[in-house]
Amino acid sequence: MLKNRVLQFLNRRGVIEVISLCVAILIWEMVAVFVIKDKGILPSPHAVFLAYFELFDLIPLDICTSLLHFAIGLGAGAVVGITLGMLMGWFRTANRALDAIIEVLRPIPPLAWIPFAIIWIGLTHSAAGFIVFIGAVFPILINTYTGFREVDKTYIDAAKVLGCEKESKLIRLVAIPFSLPYIATGIRVGMGVGWMCLVAAEYFGVSRYGLGYRLLCIFFPLQMMDRVVAYMILLGLIALVLDRVFRYFVDERLLKWKKGMVTQ
Amino acid sequence: MNHKLEIRDVTKTFETEEGELMALDRFNVGVKPSEFLCIIGPSGCGKSTLLRLIAGLDEPSSGTIILDGKELKGPSPDRGMVFQEYSLFPWRTVLKNVTFGLELRKMGKQERYRIAKECIELVGLKGFENMYPYELSGGMKQRVAIARAIAPEPSILLMDEPFGSVDAQTRNALQEELLEIWQRTKKTILFVTHSVDEAVYLADRVAVMTARPGNLIKCAGIDIPRPRKRTSVEANEFREKLLMWLSLERSKVQD
Repeated sequence: MLKNRVLQFLNRRGVIEVISLCVAILIWEMVAVFVIKDKGILPSPHAVFLAYFELFDLIPLDICTSLLHFAIGLGAGAVVGITLGMLMGWFRTANRALDAIIEVLRPIPPLAWIPFAIIWIGLTHSAAGFIVFIGAVFPILINTYTGFREVDKTYIDAAKVLGCEKESKLIRLVAIPFSLPYIATGIRVGMGVGWMCLVAAEYFGVSRYGLGYRLLCIFFPLQMMDRVVAYMILLGLIALVLDRVFRYFVDERLLKWKKGMVTQ
Repeated sequence: MNHKLEIRDVTKTFETEEGELMALDRFNVGVKPSEFLCIIGPSGCGKSTLLRLIAGLDEPSSGTIILDGKELKGPSPDRGMVFQEYSLFPWRTVLKNVTFGLELRKMGKQERYRIAKECIELVGLKGFENMYPYELSGGMKQRVAIARAIAPEPSILLMDEPFGSVDAQTRNALQEELLEIWQRTKKTILFVTHSVDEAVYLADRVAVMTARPGNLIKCAGIDIPRPRKRTSVEANEFREKLLMWLSLERSKVQD
């Protein structure tokens, strides 16, 4: 009887998930307090928790600054990536002209662009945005390209027969809506890569605020490891929220017609 | 007799890796106004190629296609087409699929919706206007495809094995509905099929094609009065004749 009830309880949604999280935090606490005993090496969860209260004033400004860098990079990445992806997917000549250049640039790690970001743009928000841009643009470009390549010929034929002959109209009325799921996937992947670049991009003191700047340039040199962990968790949570919000918007609004089949 | 559509000496060759492939060889056929013409033949005989040429999606290598006394150039909404594959735009609702051709004519929204709703009702899908194609069955999808093709009021309807991928019962129902639409709208219909039963049930006249290169071997009128019974003696006799022509053709290919 009791065993059955316990099993029933465990089967409820979220129960096992919460328990496992709690156990992990508990083990972390135990190890930090009783084994390591040095908060410079492993700060305990309760110290991290307290750090959030101490940093209450700083956090909103840091988040806003980082989001600004992120938005600059992602926005530029989306505009450039989608435009080039569409051109290359639709026009064979554009593909042949640009493909080699892109294949040479693409494997360069985004962080290797930091020197030129600083030289070209200076220590500004846009310089951090530039690094995010380099990280985000290629996944967006390649996914958009793939979407345009995959446009079903039947849809093009059907549109032509219905009087849609101009290339610009075929792109607008057939290729773009068809490719939206691909573009959405590209942006999602680009968001992930861009966010990873963000922390390193802020390392160079492009601004006096920012999650990555605070973590790497202030907390770490001062050995405030509890605060480092607090910001690490914050960075993870914000990325998670951004991803969920994007997915919700795209799945529920933009891609209703593909319910259940979109962006895994 | 004035022809609605006339295909004169049309040849179509495709470039392939193994050299030139002749899909149609000096093909000739005429279609009368409001006629229901079925084109039947073995797979790969160029039936679909012929429809694509008439639709303006491909250009003939030589020869001319004349519609209403004018030579055809490129696709245009005076020819509607229903494809073998499901060709509904999955990102548009049923209603918006049907309005697609009307939007391109810069028709006002109210007018567009009114016509589209009429067409949707005509194919028996009233109440499904706001559904997306993924929510529809195969038969329903093809009904919407028919509604979409007739909404811009083409004078001729080209159908490329439209019921090829639906089950037998649905197929029969769709055939009956199509006849009803045809009788109501008086459209000229060119219907490609590989089903003898379908041709005998639907057509005023049936054109039998040879395999590669495609050519016409027989063009015969079916004067069984409508409404037809699928199992009537006359229908069976005609079916027998059609099958014989087709098998003659097949044995020629094998020799």
